[in-house]
Amino acid sequence: MSTFEFLMQGLLVAAQPMNLFYALIGVTLGTAVGVLPGIGPALTVALLLPVTYQLDPAGSLIMFAGIYYGGMYGGSTTSILLNTPGESASIVTALEGNKMARAGRGGPALATAAIGSFVAGLIATIGLAFIAPFIVKLALVFGPREYFALMVLAFVTVSSAFGDSTLRGLTALFIGLALSTIGIDQLTGQTRLAFGVPDLLDGIEVTTLAVAMFAIGETLFIAAQGNKGPDKVEAVKGSVWMSATDWARSWKPWLRGTLIGFPIGAMPAGGAEIGTFLSYATEKRLTKHPEEFGHGAIEGVAGPEAANNASAAGTLVPLLTLGLPTTATAAIMLAGFQQFGLQPGPLLFATNPQLVWGLIASLLIANFMLLVLNLPLIGLWVRLLTIPKPWLYAGILLFATLGTIGANPSVFELGMLLAFGVLGYIMRVFGYPIAPVVVGLILGPMAEQQLRRALAISQGDFSVLFTSPIAAVLLTIAALALIVPLILRARGRGEVLSQMAANED
Amino acid sequence: MNQGPVKQAEERRPDWAALVIAAVLVALAVIIYMDASRLREMMGYSPVGPSTVPTFIAIVLVGLAIWTVFAAFRRDFPEREHQEIAPVAWIIGGLAAQMLLLETAGFSIATGVLFAATAAGFGKRKIWISLPIGIVLCLAVWLVFAGLLQLSLPAGPIERLFQ
Repeated sequence: MSTFEFLMQGLLVAAQPMNLFYALIGVTLGTAVGVLPGIGPALTVALLLPVTYQLDPAGSLIMFAGIYYGGMYGGSTTSILLNTPGESASIVTALEGNKMARAGRGGPALATAAIGSFVAGLIATIGLAFIAPFIVKLALVFGPREYFALMVLAFVTVSSAFGDSTLRGLTALFIGLALSTIGIDQLTGQTRLAFGVPDLLDGIEVTTLAVAMFAIGETLFIAAQGNKGPDKVEAVKGSVWMSATDWARSWKPWLRGTLIGFPIGAMPAGGAEIGTFLSYATEKRLTKHPEEFGHGAIEGVAGPEAANNASAAGTLVPLLTLGLPTTATAAIMLAGFQQFGLQPGPLLFATNPQLVWGLIASLLIANFMLLVLNLPLIGLWVRLLTIPKPWLYAGILLFATLGTIGANPSVFELGMLLAFGVLGYIMRVFGYPIAPVVVGLILGPMAEQQLRRALAISQGDFSVLFTSPIAAVLLTIAALALIVPLILRARGRGEVLSQMAANED
Repeated sequence: MNQGPVKQAEERRPDWAALVIAAVLVALAVIIYMDASRLREMMGYSPVGPSTVPTFIAIVLVGLAIWTVFAAFRRDFPEREHQEIAPVAWIIGGLAAQMLLLETAGFSIATGVLFAATAAGFGKRKIWISLPIGIVLCLAVWLVFAGLLQLSLPAGPIERLFQ
């Protein structure tokens, strides 16, 4: 069957009334949570995971797709109306978008972000549908050593290629890897680092770690800043509709942003931020209104916002086809798959095509729903933004612990939540990135398994890791991604990299 | 911020907090190494057994600790903002209280306490207002999630009234 037929089949699955309903709940909840200041898509997905526990796999993943896209939309609203971006990928949107809102053009800024996200999401999701089968075919020739090399590459790009310090990125990654060895070894059944605690035999839950580090760590960090007075929410004055000039100035940035964002997200390179920065730089260079940049240029919102969403869809390419999460959000989505015993990868396309294509199709549907939902409901989202901090964070912790208790109502699990929350806080204070810990925790056991399989096949010959051309190329890129930033930083050129810092996802 | 900037330490003084981090990394490495050396090796054809990867992680952690020591002496760590202790203590206390109360007092009371403590950490110190709000809110959440979505949330005296 061709991709087109698969996609049509997927649309049939996604268009079942119950699944449409799940998608609608997903996008609404995702937007509502994503719009809250300080909550990025990674945390949105982690917080809302328990809502999906009781659904069947298809319904749950469809709701997940809605939550993911909804969280992305919500984040852009926050950064335009409030100058504290909820996600690092929205920093650029805040640059111009918040200026536009202050100048009374908040409506068009929100509109260009929403429509740009829609256009980018549409093109990128279709791109995902057409690229995925090719990568799946490619992945079928991958053996354990190629997978291992791919994971090493993901480790390097997530932890140390971007951000302001190789040392702190690698430290965060290895803390995640160390945590990932806790529990029963998958190949020999021996317990490691469990110290006789039965709760540790299954290892550490990715969602517990993610919720603790993002929600509790962030709450502690914000609380520790003391009272700085309330952030100012810009009121949306005038029409939310874009004028003809706005349209004329927006459509090219949307398309350029999509073209920049999608490939970057699709590569195992981690982070939607890079695409948004590149798109911003491109628009700044190509614009006919350079004087407006820095004071609220609509191109500076349209391009990066499209790039952001395109690369979010791009992240799903390695996740679905290779089972390789390259962002914290993707890592939590992988955990969502695993709760149903599903392992994304080439096999899933063969064994469960209905599920995979239903998911891809529901991304398209979620995208449409968001466009319809987002603009008319702006007033409601704005009201969510004005919740006073004490109640907001009290509520965030309520739902953060609810997720953990719902998954596993044990005192020990809550203790881990508290411990990792404190760890997340300390790491924030000292400038350590959080995402590598989460990615290390979920990818660590997979990388170890592939490594040990590869070496078992070669009867212990380590050179086998480098002798396959694909693996050799991947490992070389990984080595370059580790060494080049080190040299750049040593020569004092690190600012560019630290601007691309992947803090949240 | 209310406080003035923290007094800049002299250039030559090492960053003590970073040295503590290095020590913690070494301690972590030692724990991992001790645990790994306890494992029986069932190698078969492969030299890589269950202890290989943990041992590798332990070695890298020691390496990162040494690197951290260098960074501490060169003061490579970003300058830290002033941290208020009281709000952090409120929230950690709230989480600990929730953990201890959960089994006996049930979801609503335990999480209500967390809710009030977090609000207190952010400046709403009127517990007699925030605690009842928190408990009622948590009860509503309990009714939705335990009732409609059938999550197993621990029940206490309040929840039993609705069962």
